[in-house]
Amino acid sequence: MAGTTPKPVLGADEIRRALSRIGHEILERTDGATEVVLLGIPTRGVPLARRLAARLSQTEGIEVPVGSLDITLYRDDLRLRPARTLGPTEVPESGIDGKVVILVDDVLYSGRTVRAALDALGDIGRPRAVQLAVLVDRGHRELPIRPDYVGKNLPTAKREEVRVHLTETDGQDCVLLQARQEVAG
Amino acid sequence: MNRHLISSADLTAADALAVLDTAEQLARLAERPIPKLPTLRGRTVVNLFYEDSTRTRISFEAAAKRLSADVINFSAKGSSVAKGESLKDTALTLQAMGADAVVIRHNASGAPHRLAEWVAGSVINAGDGTHEHPTQALLDAFTIRRRLHRLDGLRVAIVGDVLHSRVARSNVWLLHTLGAKVTLVAPPTLLPVAVNSWPCSVSYDFSSVLPRTDVVMMLRVQHERMSQAFFPSVREYSRRYGLDNDRMALLPDHAIVMHPGPMNRGVEIAADVADSPRSTIVEQVANGVSVRMAVLYLLLGGSGGGSGAVGTGSAGQPVLSPEVAR
Amino acid sequence: MSGAETRWLITGARLLGGEPADLLLNGQLIAEVAEPGQTEAGAGAGSGSGFLVLEADGLIALPGLVDLHTHLREPGREDAETVASGTAAAAMGGYTVVHAMANTDPVADTAGVVEQVWRLGQAAGRCDVQPVGAVTANLGGTQLAELGAMADSAAAVRVFSDDGRCVADATLMRRALEYVKAFDGVIAQHAQEPRLTEGAQLNEGEISARLGLSGWPAVAEEAIVARDCLLAAHVGSALHVCHVSTAGSVEIIRWAKSKGWRVSAEVTPHHLLLTDELADGYDPVYKVNPPLRTAADVAALREALADGTIDCVATDHAPHPVEDKDTEWSIAAFGMTGLETALRVVHEAMVSTGLLDWPGVADRMSVRPAAIGRLDASERAELRHGRPLAAGSPANLVLYDPAAAGVVDPASHVSRSKNSPFSGMKLPGRVVATFLRGEPTVLDGRLAR
Repeated sequence: MAGTTPKPVLGADEIRRALSRIGHEILERTDGATEVVLLGIPTRGVPLARRLAARLSQTEGIEVPVGSLDITLYRDDLRLRPARTLGPTEVPESGIDGKVVILVDDVLYSGRTVRAALDALGDIGRPRAVQLAVLVDRGHRELPIRPDYVGKNLPTAKREEVRVHLTETDGQDCVLLQARQEVAG
Repeated sequence: MNRHLISSADLTAADALAVLDTAEQLARLAERPIPKLPTLRGRTVVNLFYEDSTRTRISFEAAAKRLSADVINFSAKGSSVAKGESLKDTALTLQAMGADAVVIRHNASGAPHRLAEWVAGSVINAGDGTHEHPTQALLDAFTIRRRLHRLDGLRVAIVGDVLHSRVARSNVWLLHTLGAKVTLVAPPTLLPVAVNSWPCSVSYDFSSVLPRTDVVMMLRVQHERMSQAFFPSVREYSRRYGLDNDRMALLPDHAIVMHPGPMNRGVEIAADVADSPRSTIVEQVANGVSVRMAVLYLLLGGSGGGSGAVGTGSAGQPVLSPEVAR
Repeated sequence: MSGAETRWLITGARLLGGEPADLLLNGQLIAEVAEPGQTEAGAGAGSGSGFLVLEADGLIALPGLVDLHTHLREPGREDAETVASGTAAAAMGGYTVVHAMANTDPVADTAGVVEQVWRLGQAAGRCDVQPVGAVTANLGGTQLAELGAMADSAAAVRVFSDDGRCVADATLMRRALEYVKAFDGVIAQHAQEPRLTEGAQLNEGEISARLGLSGWPAVAEEAIVARDCLLAAHVGSALHVCHVSTAGSVEIIRWAKSKGWRVSAEVTPHHLLLTDELADGYDPVYKVNPPLRTAADVAALREALADGTIDCVATDHAPHPVEDKDTEWSIAAFGMTGLETALRVVHEAMVSTGLLDWPGVADRMSVRPAAIGRLDASERAELRHGRPLAAGSPANLVLYDPAAAGVVDPASHVSRSKNSPFSGMKLPGRVVATFLRGEPTVLDGRLAR
């Protein structure tokens, strides 16, 4: 099919407001975020986690430790494609034992990524609790996983693709929806 | 060679960097309370070691186990191999056992090539005769990069019995691919006749090379070579090609000293030198596990590798050129 | 060996690649060679006239090929080849006589063993077998074998060789060269300085350095060739150099011949076509002694065969069972089969490249090797080889189709062993028929009988 033009569903302002709201929700639900550790899931979960940490630092003066958690090695679909490059895993020095770990990702879809993240966390330490923050929830869960903080609920069809662009990785902030391209062969 | 790692000469710069970058991530694993990953669960890795080498075998075993693979050790002594079973028959037996990867060390150059024709899984060369030892070269490159933060443009001197050294060959090809400048230092008898066609320089004068060297890689020299008239005596060899304190003082401040092990202390390397802060000998061992984990992951961790690759893995795609994760 | 009762009329064959001619074979000899349709039998051609007709339009007729260097493996290694299977393979390649090398088990160093081999050849009947006698007892390199006894035996040995091993001791080589003068013998040397080639696996050069295989330097061959040429000259004897493989050896032989010394030399088909680059995948089918060398060596060998510095092509047919080749390179046996592909390889390497014409092929693959083996002057005329295709010569000939082409498939070879380095290669030509003293051993590309 000729490529259909992607449709923007979130612009830069909306993304900024969503993150702001999530930041406030985190403060409310974690009693001031004193024991919180933010771990972004590469690739785009990482800049999102950093932005949240920055917001909490600016608005509340609270320094929340931030890091990244690569889940490639824990995926359940490794054998379906050639071996993938690994992303960085950087756990803050204060560790995760006894903390409230908030996993941060750009899109929540089947839930398998989060499942892998939970397994990875289990091998790193024992958090007191694990919560999930996502910029977009596009539905179609395949596992019993639900987000604690959502930027936008976006009902989608399976044949659609959600593309998140962030300034840190793609030069601009927006979320696009487009029909999945047919790949020949 | 895409399913296999048999020779570093076959690795592109992208392939080699993929291994090094992956190893970098995996190295952090050792700091965790549970230094184990589920990635290769259900896969079987066979260590087929025809030459005695506890150190390398254990390194591969640790690497496989940390990725949750099952490991089977097949060593030459006291097995059907010692009773004269041919390599081919051993290979067919492993094949029937469902080995996803075979790590082979053998005294015949080219044994991994032949093995690759008889098994469906991935073949990893842990050292074949005087041909290659690619994972050694990869862990050496990894060690250099960690210490000196780059590889491109570095000046590396490889010193010793180059003629009989698979470590030297693998390092010459790999370091060249990664942009380093290699100089081989040895008596003329221990250099191959065709060395001038290799992508490196040659020098017979060890001391003169040292002030312009960032990495000195010492090779082990075997006493048997003396009886074959490669050099007149251990004393003369040591005097002319040994890395002692005087020579070490000629090195620039940042330079490091490496050795693949096992060392002949006092012959090619003085004890003080081996124990100095410049020496990377101990960390090379730890790095070996990370690098071998990376190799196992890249060969077996996706589709297109192992004996029972599942799913729509694209057959023609080089397994060692990994997909960028989405 | 009975005389052929049948008469054969071969029509329209291009003699030595030249003009078509008819050949009438009567008994063991060529009775007549004439323009097409002009033989005494020509007019009334038909099976009723007491002879069989073989239409050979487009086929080239060459004198039966003569191999100075074959390993028939019997006695001792019948798992690899026997005299019967080896001579069948020879016939399929257009050969009417092969020299069987002495490195059997037991070694052919006595009259008894050479006569055994000779008789086995006669019994099989597809190709004459001329045994080669060992130079030293048990190929041990320290003591002369009973060369005289072998010469006087029914096998009438004239060519002596320790092939497989080099007669390295200079004094022993000198003595051997001197001794055979008594019965017009020739020493065929496998030139390989043993100390320079201990554990050698492959030509010493770029490829061996990269592959980590112990090198077999050219100088190890050239040093012995030079020494032996000088020895032969000094004692006034005849030297034959087996399987010349380097450009340097060619130069030395050229120089020796220019001095008028009695030096002859052979080259294998594989050394005319293949180089050491093939060893790249460590497939031992390319492992041979002397090893495959570089493109420069191949070029020098071709030139030398073309200008006659190298006298002949000799196959060094070396059959090995699968388990001796399907292994790691370093423990695999050395050697390649060659009888069934020789003429096609020479066609590809020398004729297709314009270096040699068909009369030249006849000279290098029949006339000269027969002369070196002293087979062209046997007392009984019908036992001679390498004679011209003319009336009165023994009816030993091969009919070859130069227009055919095909991929080499060792599975279809009649040799017991399949270790051919040409497997999978497209080569021109096809041996259609071979006649040994008037009897067809090969017809229509298949063994007759």
